[in-house]
Amino acid sequence: MNQPASAYFISEEKPEIIRTTLAVIVKNEPGVLGRVVGLFSARGYNIESLTVAETDHAKHTSRITIVTSGTSATLAQIKAQLNRIVPVKRVIDFHGDSDALSRELALIKVAGKGDDRVESLRLADAFKAKVLDAGLEHFTFELTGSSKKLDDFISMMKPLGLVEVSRTGVATIRRGKGKV
Amino acid sequence: MSSSKNKSANDKLIGTEISGAEIIVNALREQGVDTIFGYPGGAVLPIYDALYQQDYITHVLVRHEQGASHMAEGYARSTGKCGTVLVTSGPGVTNAITGIVDALLDSIPMVVLCGQVPTHLIGTDAFQEADTTGLTRSAAKHNYLVKSVDDLEGIIHEAYHIATTGRPGPVVIDIPKDVQFGKTIFKGKNSYKDFEYDPITEPYMPAIKMAIDLLAKAKKPVIYTGGGIINAGKEASEALREFVKITNFPITSTLMGLGAYPASGKNWLGMLGMHGSYEANLTMHDCDVMLCIGARFDDRVTGRLDAFSPNSKKIHIDIEPSSINKNVQVDIGIVADAGIATKALVEEWKNHKGKRPNLEPWWNEINGWRARNSFGYKNSDDIIIPQFAIERLYELTKDRETYITTEVGLHQMWAAQHYHFEEPNRWMTSGGLGTMGYGLPAAVGVQKAHPDALVIDIAGDASVQMTMQEISCAIQYNLPVKIFIMNNEWMGMVRQWQQLLHGERYSHSYSHSLPDFVKMAEAFGCLGLRIDKPSELDAKIKEMIDYDGPVIVDCRVSKIENCFPMIPSGKAHNDMLMPDDLGDIGSVITDAGKKLV
Repeated sequence: MNQPASAYFISEEKPEIIRTTLAVIVKNEPGVLGRVVGLFSARGYNIESLTVAETDHAKHTSRITIVTSGTSATLAQIKAQLNRIVPVKRVIDFHGDSDALSRELALIKVAGKGDDRVESLRLADAFKAKVLDAGLEHFTFELTGSSKKLDDFISMMKPLGLVEVSRTGVATIRRGKGKV
Repeated sequence: MSSSKNKSANDKLIGTEISGAEIIVNALREQGVDTIFGYPGGAVLPIYDALYQQDYITHVLVRHEQGASHMAEGYARSTGKCGTVLVTSGPGVTNAITGIVDALLDSIPMVVLCGQVPTHLIGTDAFQEADTTGLTRSAAKHNYLVKSVDDLEGIIHEAYHIATTGRPGPVVIDIPKDVQFGKTIFKGKNSYKDFEYDPITEPYMPAIKMAIDLLAKAKKPVIYTGGGIINAGKEASEALREFVKITNFPITSTLMGLGAYPASGKNWLGMLGMHGSYEANLTMHDCDVMLCIGARFDDRVTGRLDAFSPNSKKIHIDIEPSSINKNVQVDIGIVADAGIATKALVEEWKNHKGKRPNLEPWWNEINGWRARNSFGYKNSDDIIIPQFAIERLYELTKDRETYITTEVGLHQMWAAQHYHFEEPNRWMTSGGLGTMGYGLPAAVGVQKAHPDALVIDIAGDASVQMTMQEISCAIQYNLPVKIFIMNNEWMGMVRQWQQLLHGERYSHSYSHSLPDFVKMAEAFGCLGLRIDKPSELDAKIKEMIDYDGPVIVDCRVSKIENCFPMIPSGKAHNDMLMPDDLGDIGSVITDAGKKLV
């Protein structure tokens, strides 16, 4: 829906849904993550992934990276609403930015014996995953890359004895020497 | 003025060590706060102690904390200043939240100071502990939990800054009891000047020029304004009046914006929207250029969005960037203070050269719609028709300094239609949140700010019961508010919708067991009056006005009168339900429309 759920809006249109990554630079104070997450739930927006950490300890600023999706009108509204939050300093949208670099890290545990075990290690090698922990009947891999690469690896591990996955969510930065 | 006296007294404190509670009282004083609406409790006792030992801030003791937040709203709307509320932890805060959200939706500047359990007890489910910052996160524009007395003074000044700048709104400060007792050096307001929150107020001038280019070519222009003009101050209303005068454009307004342009002005079309005038809604629908200043395209205004003013170019001026393109896509969006932007429009219009279209055909069309007299009603000699009661109220009070508040429902819409506002800040109503119970406490807040004015709450029998205990507060402080109850023994708006949308099944909308409002007034200790016949209206209204003290009027009106015109759910501006359409009332609203609110 490119319009909010107005009492009067009856639309047959299905506008194009766009996925984007937003970097939200916030003043790191108690409750700021709650404000950002609360905004998404209160207004019915999607969060596909979210990461947060303090990135400048001296200035107490944190960077919240959110992958979200919606129509272009919804995404414009998400950015405007984020900017209303008092501790939000900036919102950067990486949509359509060919210089944007996005990476995600996953820890993946696979248990199995025999051929499955050998195959999982072979695939991990092909994906350049690191073995963090291993036993006679399991491996724990660390894999960094695009979300797509992680998805692909995880789906390949499923038939080989996938036990558990922990993912960090996406971090994004722009190429080149400049600051966003 | 007292401000210079306040300042010199405060200067002596600068550099000395005082308690958190004393910091609060002195920082409020420096903010120019003269009135606080509040209710004491365990977690705010230190602040109450500090209030007791000073005499520059008046405290109004409410009867329920919802009353405090509505009183602060009435105070703020009628003065243009920031309202201030003081409540205790737990239930004190939860009771106040309705008024806080009301202020958020209607953009009313307000600071709410809340007590909290001591910091070492936070999170232990202590007595009267509630997660105030969590509860008010989406209820307020911003909120704080003060964890150290050293942060308190700066937070108070920043809170007033945030509440009053940008799109105004409520700011909550949660103050643990140990922070109120804690001591630190008082620094004074001048030490807190640079706030990170710094909204845009000046318009982008090329966009103003584009807007004027568009408006100057318009054959069918309309100006649609909202509460933003009121919030931007008297100067904004003056600029708007001048702009209308030099352009001769027709002008309509939302419920919140009434009074910015005078109802007696020749370009006035009346309120627009669900219960707006025929001419206002059709002018909006058929216009070719729409200039919206300080309004937010609310669903009550736009009706069906995909049929909203389909052939117009739209210009939207708003101080809040997220309001632009939220509900309606516009052609020119300008982020600015409504007053500054309107002044810029006036200047640019004057500088703009070139021939302008003749607006006469457009005015002829509008005058044709006006002739429909959409607010007309059939009067009666036996029964008081509510619209007639408001007309009499208007005629008998229009020459005084009169402030009107309302509750929410039919009486509110009739007041908006039939009471005519000539000045801004004279009309206080709950628009966005639609809070029944708003009007009586709001009237008390208005009267506190304007002790000599005539303040009338146009009320309904159902709404007034939600907060009527605040009449006791009005009596305590000699605030002579007039509560004019349009008693039809129904939740009238609910009844109307059940009649139109739910097959006349009147589920739980009849006001059973109504109190005798006259006896109730007497029990509280004020004057109660009853009006049963149209012929008694004038004399009783005069008696109400002349009585030196609060009055509750039980005005028994027609029980079946509905509010028209009405844009039914799912319909567009040019598809209004008029009182004379009533023959086919059951078929007017589609099944899809019945699902909408």
